[in-house]
Amino acid sequence: MSEQRVLDEHAHHIVGPRVYVTILFALLLGTALTVGASFVDLGSWHLTSSLVIYWNPIVALAIACSKAVLVVLYFMHVRYSTKLTMLTVGAGIFMFLALVGMTLSDYISRAWGQW
Amino acid sequence: MSSSATIVRLPDQSTARIPKLNYLSKENGILSWLLTGDHKRIAILYLISITFFFFIGGALAGLIRLELLTPQSDLMATDTYNKVFTMHGIIMIFFFLVPSVPATLGNFFIPMMLGAKDLALPKVNLLSWYLYMGAGILALYTMMTGGVDTGWTFTTPLSTHYVNTNVLTTGLAVFIAGFSSIFTGLNFIVTIHKMRAPGMTWFRMPLFVWAHYAASILMVLGTPVLAIAIVLVALERTIGIGVFDPTKGGDPLLFQHLFWFYSHPAVYIMILPGMGVISEVISTFSRKRVFGYTAVAFSSVAIAVFGFFVWAHHMFIMGISNYSTLVFSLLTMLVAVPSAIKIFNWTFTLYKGSITFETPMLYAFGFMGLFTIGGMTGVFLGTSGTDIHLTETYFIVAHFHFVMVGGMLMAFLAGIHFWWPKMTGRMYPEKISQLAAVVTFIGFNLTFFPQFILGTLGMPRRYASYPPEFQILNVFSTAGASILGVGYLLPVLYLTWSLKYGPIAGNNPWQATGLEWQTQSPPLTENFTEMPIMDHEAYDYEWLENQQTREKEAEVTSAG
Amino acid sequence: MPDSTAIAQGAPDTAGSTHGEHPPYLRHHFNSAEQQADASNFAMWLFLLTEVMFFGGLFTAYLIYRNWYYAAFVAGSHQLNVVWGTLNTLVLILSSFTMAMGVWCAETRRRRGLVLCLALTLILGLGFLGIKTIEYSEKIEKHHVPGAHYSLQSFLDPDSDDAARAAGDKPLPLDMARHTEVYFSLYFAMTGMHALHMIIGIGILGFMIFRARAGAYTAGHVTFVENFGLYWHFVDIIWIYLFALLYLISRHGT
Repeated sequence: MSEQRVLDEHAHHIVGPRVYVTILFALLLGTALTVGASFVDLGSWHLTSSLVIYWNPIVALAIACSKAVLVVLYFMHVRYSTKLTMLTVGAGIFMFLALVGMTLSDYISRAWGQW
Repeated sequence: MSSSATIVRLPDQSTARIPKLNYLSKENGILSWLLTGDHKRIAILYLISITFFFFIGGALAGLIRLELLTPQSDLMATDTYNKVFTMHGIIMIFFFLVPSVPATLGNFFIPMMLGAKDLALPKVNLLSWYLYMGAGILALYTMMTGGVDTGWTFTTPLSTHYVNTNVLTTGLAVFIAGFSSIFTGLNFIVTIHKMRAPGMTWFRMPLFVWAHYAASILMVLGTPVLAIAIVLVALERTIGIGVFDPTKGGDPLLFQHLFWFYSHPAVYIMILPGMGVISEVISTFSRKRVFGYTAVAFSSVAIAVFGFFVWAHHMFIMGISNYSTLVFSLLTMLVAVPSAIKIFNWTFTLYKGSITFETPMLYAFGFMGLFTIGGMTGVFLGTSGTDIHLTETYFIVAHFHFVMVGGMLMAFLAGIHFWWPKMTGRMYPEKISQLAAVVTFIGFNLTFFPQFILGTLGMPRRYASYPPEFQILNVFSTAGASILGVGYLLPVLYLTWSLKYGPIAGNNPWQATGLEWQTQSPPLTENFTEMPIMDHEAYDYEWLENQQTREKEAEVTSAG
Repeated sequence: MPDSTAIAQGAPDTAGSTHGEHPPYLRHHFNSAEQQADASNFAMWLFLLTEVMFFGGLFTAYLIYRNWYYAAFVAGSHQLNVVWGTLNTLVLILSSFTMAMGVWCAETRRRRGLVLCLALTLILGLGFLGIKTIEYSEKIEKHHVPGAHYSLQSFLDPDSDDAARAAGDKPLPLDMARHTEVYFSLYFAMTGMHALHMIIGIGILGFMIFRARAGAYTAGHVTFVENFGLYWHFVDIIWIYLFALLYLISRHGT
């Protein structure tokens, strides 16, 4: 009985093999998708004369982000974790985006319209 | 001494003794210190090491000021001068200011203030100190084998392509010191979240802890970016990867983005713990709870958060876009607000308090005035228009010395004096310490105020020679520096003296609130004999009075 | 009982220690095994935050130069072998799976299962490094390592290079060809840093297998395995992004 108690106290939630196998297949699928997509020209969207969105990199990043989210939520157990853990992950992502975003904003604005 | 002039209450010296069992006496021998997990011993190890590095950095400062006595570059070659100010900056920032309060007072008192027996990760704490020592020794080694002359900012492409000095080894030393800092901050965050005693809610913690929490967030999130910047410089210097090299298509400004992404939050890493000390000192020596506790707590976190978004104000003239300049200038205005909130709250704490002028309080007053000046001049620099004129002049030098030395160093000294009786069990001599505080204040102003004027008049920084019309102000500055040196030397002497000859302090000579003052001086290794329960608010002086009445009635004596 | 006052978030359940259990791995400054596990888990997450910011600097550099020198990045990317890259991605994803299974084995006290999972993770990790070695030696042979021996030939004359020819690359102008060195700098810096983290992880895995065989992690104290798992998954996530950004820039030949 005390063994079980220890497990329960500590385990919060034991994620089982079924979840892991599902996520594994999702990740493998995502990999196949992203490799396949890179061989297809997905075109672009011209918002204005100087602002163009190319879909290939966006799709690649979107698939990468989805895979990362699955790993974080399920393999790293964040789905079953405390709010503090989720806040910590969020803080990391936020700071990463701040670093990249604000640095890039300098580069983008150095020569408007020349990219 | 009449009770109205001081709040110090020492036990009867004829019968008082240092408790036989305490963290210092628990184990003996060099290994018990070098392999300790006790946060208090690690704090003392840090205290000795950072004092050592402070005086090395101070000696380098002395050399700078001696050179600048005359307009010509006559004391040393200009290359040597470059090395001297570079090493002064590196040692003072990375080996003194960044670890100063967190690694000494933070390490010692955060567990005690929270009612915990130690930090969450004692081995990591010890590792932190070893990394610091390793990095420090490496930095000293580079100094002795030729030094580095790029300025502490390692600006590219100078550091990557145009100098032949020890950039790599110094970079490595800073890299390792960065990890020391990261581990300290990581330890604090975990401890504060997970090891508070029952009843110790977030808003009952001393503001000292809040300040360290905010600084720790900066340490954990900011320092790694400095690490990668250094790695890239190393790769650029060794292999020539091209990432900062314009001839290969790289942008030198990228280095500055990565460098200042850390180095601006670094200044808040340096100042926030000092502000935490000031909260404690001002409260104790006005016998009043800190005005607007919540505002002060949140402003610490606000400084940390906003501090991450202003880094490019160090790069206004370096080639960033006008739009970036606008945005970062605006954000810089915002970051001044939480600091100002703190100053207001401390002032309102003083208002109608019972103020006494013991040494920690003298340093705290010095902090408030000098930090305000330093902070306001920061706003002049954050305004991009004025910054174009003032940047890279002595105005900048004066600005950051006002906040770092007039602010942070004074706060550090306030904290050392305030908690000295708790750490050592002995009280320092009051008169000479007050004298040292006043001497420091006078010396500081004489050293650095003329530098504001020099900067506005146009004297550039990092130059060994200058136009002769600037000499008189430089002479004042050097004269001030010698007085300042005396002011810093005195505490080393009398504090060491007090270890043997100072009066026994007892548990709570200041009658301060805070869990650490409820224990014996020096504390036990495990801090508390039984887990404390926090059932009152922070800075609750009424609770303290009732406690003292209870103690008198029960005649409790300290352990040992 | 002290619990009647507002217990701070995360404060130890002092009443719970009447359970009487004081396992040998409980350090003296913690009040309960749960508090200790909680604290070390949180500490690991904070360490991963530092890793995110560390790689963040490299990703920033990458994004800037990819936008400035897109043509060079495309040409550089075509020099990487998609087959090896995809295989590496599959290997790492699989190793993340085996690592997660290892944590499950530790939590459910399956000692042999844990050792097997850790061993598989280690082998897969070594496989990844093996493939990386093949890729790196190819780069060295072709003089695509930044530095004194960097060669622009593959980019000035794509027909002389099988990978460039297969991708249908056109010759680059000289200045853009020189910018391929920046691409490869970032390639080596990012994958090299990633590989370094893998090597450290594999070292720790070796240690863990040794301890797992002795039953250290299947007696209720799973923290080490769990926290290492976090590290390993993080390294996997970094690779997921590196693969997408470095290998798959533009393979559709326009």
